[in-house]
Amino acid sequence: MAYRGFDAMKIDTENRKPRVAVHKFSSCDGCQLAFINAGTDLVRLYDLVEMVHFAEAGQLDEDAEVDVAFIEGSVSTPHEVERLQRIRKRSKFLITLGACATAGGLQALRNMADLDEYVTGVYASPEYITSLPLATPISQHVRVDLEIWGCPVNGRQVLAAVRSLLSGVVPVLERDKVCLECKRQQTVCVMVAKGEPCMGPVTRTGCGAICPQLGRDCYACFGPAEAVNTDSHAQHLVALGLSHEQVAQRFLFINNGAPEFNAEGLKWRDEG
Amino acid sequence: MDEKREIRVDVPVLARVEGEGALDLLIRDGEISELRLRIFEPPRFFEKFLEGRSYTEVPDIVARICGICPVAYQMSSVHAFESIFDADPGPWVREMRRLLYCGEWIESHSLHIHLLALPDFLGYPDAPSVARDHPAAVQRGLALQGLGNDLIRMLGGRSVHPVGVKVGGFWHAPSSGQAAAMLERLRAALPEAAELVHFVAGVTVPDDPQEFVSVALRHPDEYGMNEGGLVTSDGLEIGINEYEKYFAESHAPHSTALHSHYFPAGDAPHGAGRPYLVGPLARLNLNVDRLPAGVRENAEAAGLRFPSANMFHSMAARAVETHYAIVEAIRILESYAPSESPAVTISPRPGVGFGCTEAPRGILWHRYEADHEGRVVTARIVPPTSQNQPRIEEDLRRSLDAFGLDHDEEALRLRAETVIRNYDPCISCATHFLRLQLQRD
Repeated sequence: MAYRGFDAMKIDTENRKPRVAVHKFSSCDGCQLAFINAGTDLVRLYDLVEMVHFAEAGQLDEDAEVDVAFIEGSVSTPHEVERLQRIRKRSKFLITLGACATAGGLQALRNMADLDEYVTGVYASPEYITSLPLATPISQHVRVDLEIWGCPVNGRQVLAAVRSLLSGVVPVLERDKVCLECKRQQTVCVMVAKGEPCMGPVTRTGCGAICPQLGRDCYACFGPAEAVNTDSHAQHLVALGLSHEQVAQRFLFINNGAPEFNAEGLKWRDEG
Repeated sequence: MDEKREIRVDVPVLARVEGEGALDLLIRDGEISELRLRIFEPPRFFEKFLEGRSYTEVPDIVARICGICPVAYQMSSVHAFESIFDADPGPWVREMRRLLYCGEWIESHSLHIHLLALPDFLGYPDAPSVARDHPAAVQRGLALQGLGNDLIRMLGGRSVHPVGVKVGGFWHAPSSGQAAAMLERLRAALPEAAELVHFVAGVTVPDDPQEFVSVALRHPDEYGMNEGGLVTSDGLEIGINEYEKYFAESHAPHSTALHSHYFPAGDAPHGAGRPYLVGPLARLNLNVDRLPAGVRENAEAAGLRFPSANMFHSMAARAVETHYAIVEAIRILESYAPSESPAVTISPRPGVGFGCTEAPRGILWHRYEADHEGRVVTARIVPPTSQNQPRIEEDLRRSLDAFGLDHDEEALRLRAETVIRNYDPCISCATHFLRLQLQRD
């Protein structure tokens, strides 16, 4: 996101509560749970803002003008394109919530396959299915003001973003690699100690490095970190014994639509 | 009364359900002439992109089908692969899976009762409005939901798409200290959960018994969750590998979710199929005798009787299961000791395997075919909501008739929404389907 200046972030609500909406596109609902699972913070949020649209929580007014719109899910039908454009026009600040909205999500794997084969393979009556050829991130269709990565995003990330916006400050996003979080926590490196094919060196933190904490490899659900060297990491995975196909699958996973991961994954897949 | 009255009730977006659904209802001359629960959650094709993926990736992929019940997807998949590979993870893993599942039942049921269902029966538009008049009840619900999430977090690192489960067991065993702290919290919550059952039993719901077939897992000596055979309220008892003989899905034009029907004669998909119910009420109808005495007695003291033919007892069934899940989690943690080896070693081999576990919303059936390296050749996943969808439509027709079709549009709309939400449909789950068994005529 380009920095548009301190005042550009200020939500001018003229003595009324800021109006917020949470919209769902193609997704598993897991990112909305960052709100729904917030417990007493959820109650507090409803005091601080006017929640005008959040279907799962019971508020329905999709076409309302809002200060902040959160978008969960990727775009995968013609109807969703039209809906998204309508929402963008009525929202001052638009935030994507999680891997699907930000990079297309796991279902963007279909972008690399033959959609007709998918539809006929899954549904008996393919003529009933309306689907765009691609599952795409929100930013491919409208301007996005802030992207929150994660599959799923968590309450800390989301509520911190809301708090920052309410205070007129640019929300701070993690861009570090998971490796740095492991070092801060003094978690033993699973790649060095156990030879696990960890994706931490190329993955954005924000998750709390929970996989290495449990002794397993990171599988990159928070997307690419800043300034990643995917090629070097891929070579390292090969040195650990992964086949080219397995290296490709490491990158073409939850965030297969993120440009850095997509390019690296396709390179190894096509080399076979 | 105007006999020619024509009412069209359109609910373009259903609130307080997981995912996106809509309802079309046309009443002509005092009769329902069209009724369709439309599921328009876009198709996400999970079964297809599982193909070619290693068994090691499957639990993390299928979790993404549903953010509300990822544990259920992980559980059905690991059981299926362990049956293919002939792996037995042993009693410690068995107990920990049950504990993890208790977390998901507590979280999902508390969420549904308090945030999604209760507003219908207490006459509010949403949970924040309920909270203004019943703050203690909503606080209790949020606290229980949080407790369930923390239980999942203890074993899985986070509550949505947890990362602790693998084929063969767990990546990590919680420490004794973590387990002891969780046990203390569960004990403190136990009276709250017992009280929740009384609170929900005291909420007035429509008294409208109907006929339906319940389907659930049943285990010889415990309340069905991860293991057991399938039973129905009309007397069928089968292994989970026989599912496809008795249950089949068809594809309706108005929905990206497939519709499941039950074929009592075992001639699916060619015979005569009928709708059926899965989920908390179906489980209690078939397994109430498997509840510990304390949970059963508390429910009886609250005036609840199972089996029940009143679909609106689903919310009470969720409360009873929340109470049960806390009792069960306490039982498991009271004898907890960390395992040195929280997972068994897996040796992949080719084959076909099945997994069927009780997701919060009902049985979740998986079938996988694996190759010699344990990669997925084909996958088939039948979520609870596609199984309940024909039952929901059947219920809507008769509930709206019983309610009275001469009610005004707003009243009809609210009753229809209440009926649908009562099933806790998870529409995100219900749109990933599989190869079709049944062709429509």
